[in-house]
Amino acid sequence: MLETAPTPPASGEASHSERAAAARRRTRRPRSLGVAALAWTVGLVFFFPVLWMFLTGFKHESEASTTPPTWLFVPTFDQFRAILGRDFLPYFLNSLTASVLSTVLVVVLAVPAAYALSLAPVRRWKDALFFFISTRMMPPVAIILPLYIIANNIGLLDNVTMLSVVYTVMNLPIAVWMIRSFLVELPAEVLEASRVDGASIGTEIRRIILPMIAPGVAATALICFIFAWNEFFFAVSLTSTKAATVPVFLTGFITAEGLFLAQLSAASMMAALPVILAGWVAQKWLVRGLSLGAVK
Amino acid sequence: MQSRRRSTRLRTAYGVALSAVVLAVPACAGAGGGGGGSGETITIATVGNPQMQDIEQLSSEFESEHDISVEFVTLPENELRDQVTQDIATGAGQYDIVTIGTYETPIWAENEWIEPLDEYASEDGYDVDDILTPVRDALSYEDTLYAAPFYGESSFLMYREDLLDEAGLTMPEQPTWEEVAELAAELDEEESGTAGICLRGLPGWGEVLAPLNTIIHTFGGRWYDEDWNAQLTSEETTEAVQFYVDLVREHGQPGAANSGFTECMTAVSQGDAAMWYDATVGASSLEDPNESDAAGRMGYAQAPVQETEHGGWLWAWSLAIPSTSERKDAAWEFISWATSKEYIQLVGEELGWTRVPPGSRASTYEIPEYQEEAGEFAEPTLEAIEGVDVNQPGLHEQPWVGVQYIAIPEFQDLGTRVSQEISAAIAGRQSVTEALDKAQSYAEETAESGGYSG
Repeated sequence: MLETAPTPPASGEASHSERAAAARRRTRRPRSLGVAALAWTVGLVFFFPVLWMFLTGFKHESEASTTPPTWLFVPTFDQFRAILGRDFLPYFLNSLTASVLSTVLVVVLAVPAAYALSLAPVRRWKDALFFFISTRMMPPVAIILPLYIIANNIGLLDNVTMLSVVYTVMNLPIAVWMIRSFLVELPAEVLEASRVDGASIGTEIRRIILPMIAPGVAATALICFIFAWNEFFFAVSLTSTKAATVPVFLTGFITAEGLFLAQLSAASMMAALPVILAGWVAQKWLVRGLSLGAVK
Repeated sequence: MQSRRRSTRLRTAYGVALSAVVLAVPACAGAGGGGGGSGETITIATVGNPQMQDIEQLSSEFESEHDISVEFVTLPENELRDQVTQDIATGAGQYDIVTIGTYETPIWAENEWIEPLDEYASEDGYDVDDILTPVRDALSYEDTLYAAPFYGESSFLMYREDLLDEAGLTMPEQPTWEEVAELAAELDEEESGTAGICLRGLPGWGEVLAPLNTIIHTFGGRWYDEDWNAQLTSEETTEAVQFYVDLVREHGQPGAANSGFTECMTAVSQGDAAMWYDATVGASSLEDPNESDAAGRMGYAQAPVQETEHGGWLWAWSLAIPSTSERKDAAWEFISWATSKEYIQLVGEELGWTRVPPGSRASTYEIPEYQEEAGEFAEPTLEAIEGVDVNQPGLHEQPWVGVQYIAIPEFQDLGTRVSQEISAAIAGRQSVTEALDKAQSYAEETAESGGYSG
């Protein structure tokens, strides 16, 4: 929902130029109204499943699976109570550990990597860049078996460390590409000036570059956090009891013989909360960060 | 010089940060663990069905009595199967008990993925002979028991007795499918929005194919003959599938191609369908006044038939010990507790008699409290299960054991593909003949690539 509200019509005696502007606006208005309506429609369509999940989480099981759907109901907290009774916390902590840890690792590794691929390019940096992104082209299912066997052999099956490493590897290429796109936007004069003043690479990165691309790094970190938080396939394959994450916990509600929609919705809502919160907090940075590399 | 020193310092800083992060991991990882008393800890892979949630709730009783901690991994059926297969095939040994159905048991037993239980089960007090014979047969491979049933089910016809009374209709004790179709036509009320019958149409080998295959059997059709020649376009099979598709399209629930067990259960419990042919465990939910408006208004008849004497399917969620487990004795201790008469008593007393896991032991049906609370559907359930012949459910001999599935590993894939074609026919996107022509070629491919047909 990023559409701009149409400006109110000018009031008072309009000068000639103002009238001309108003005329221009009039001809433009139907189109901008159409765009606004489209933006709202798309926004609502995308938001509806979230709203429905929110509503369903407060229903009784029998109300959650009616045809036609139930809109009016007395809200209940039964589902949330049941979920907390099912030992939600360990899964939550596992998810948090794996997501935060992998995000930190990704940022720590991606910034110098991106530096070496943009501002101080290594030899054949284009090939390196392509190699990074090419690791994302293979479907995860193609590497799961070797990964599983390796994890088993080094004793890291069902271990959060393993998941953190896997998520780091999974997100690193995207992070390198994103941060690199922010770095190439930096004005060369500033960097030159710092070098003339005798700054080392370390100082340059820490004191000059990082503050300038901070919104970009924040956006990258948030995206990596969300990817790691939502990841299901590796989590379900590489964990069983000790390291299982929230998405794995969620699927446990799905059953072929029984009602589960309300409980699943309530659990999904609790799973989505940290991401929504993180997004909320980082909203301002995120918008700036995501457009940082785009504006040429 | 200075810049060199600084960059070294930076590198050290990075190194320190990295190792701090990595070192912090095991500390955090422990947070998720839990469990681990003085005794052993066993891990159970299970599905989220209501009866399984009950066992999770009651497992503390077991833990305190046996000094064994129990941890549950709950996953949907398909993920569970993938996970456990992967675990066993690579020898990872993460699970000490796995929850499997009658479909997997003979296949996994043949692969030696699960342990034979005969020796364990013959111990005093377990009373293995109390397990219902068809269930025991379905869970055995070469006359050896490989999994202990936690609860079992057949299929029968559930119907709204009050609606039939109102319309002046009666349900025969053993209806034929013709009779059911006639009743469905009578009960189908457009104005009140009550469908004549609810039948599964959702794609999936465990969805639409479960009821449909029992109908194929009783119409005299089959998937394969004795030599694994596909028979999906035979006259009898075509007639059965055409009957099913016509019935659900003409007098079934709206959106039939997307209905499974849950959707039909909801429809009947809200009065949107007058009859429902499905798993016997559906009755426990329909009779629960918290979940269903139809509680106390239901009647139950044996699975409708056509050419055979019995028409129901057989399934049992069961517990088995993977051969990779390192704690097999502790695992059996839990299995023998969870599938014992005492456990059934415990559920009845703690959680209520309608929540007792049905269809595993004959003695369950002799408990007076259970008869009183679940009498409506307890007897028909027992009768339905006891009537099943898992070795030959249809008119012909078949080279596999099982009713609504074919116990070969390829069936998961084959069944899913065929079910998608059937579901498309129910949705009206193709004719039954078109669907079965495709199904036939899939079945032929499977028999050939699996090396079954000569």
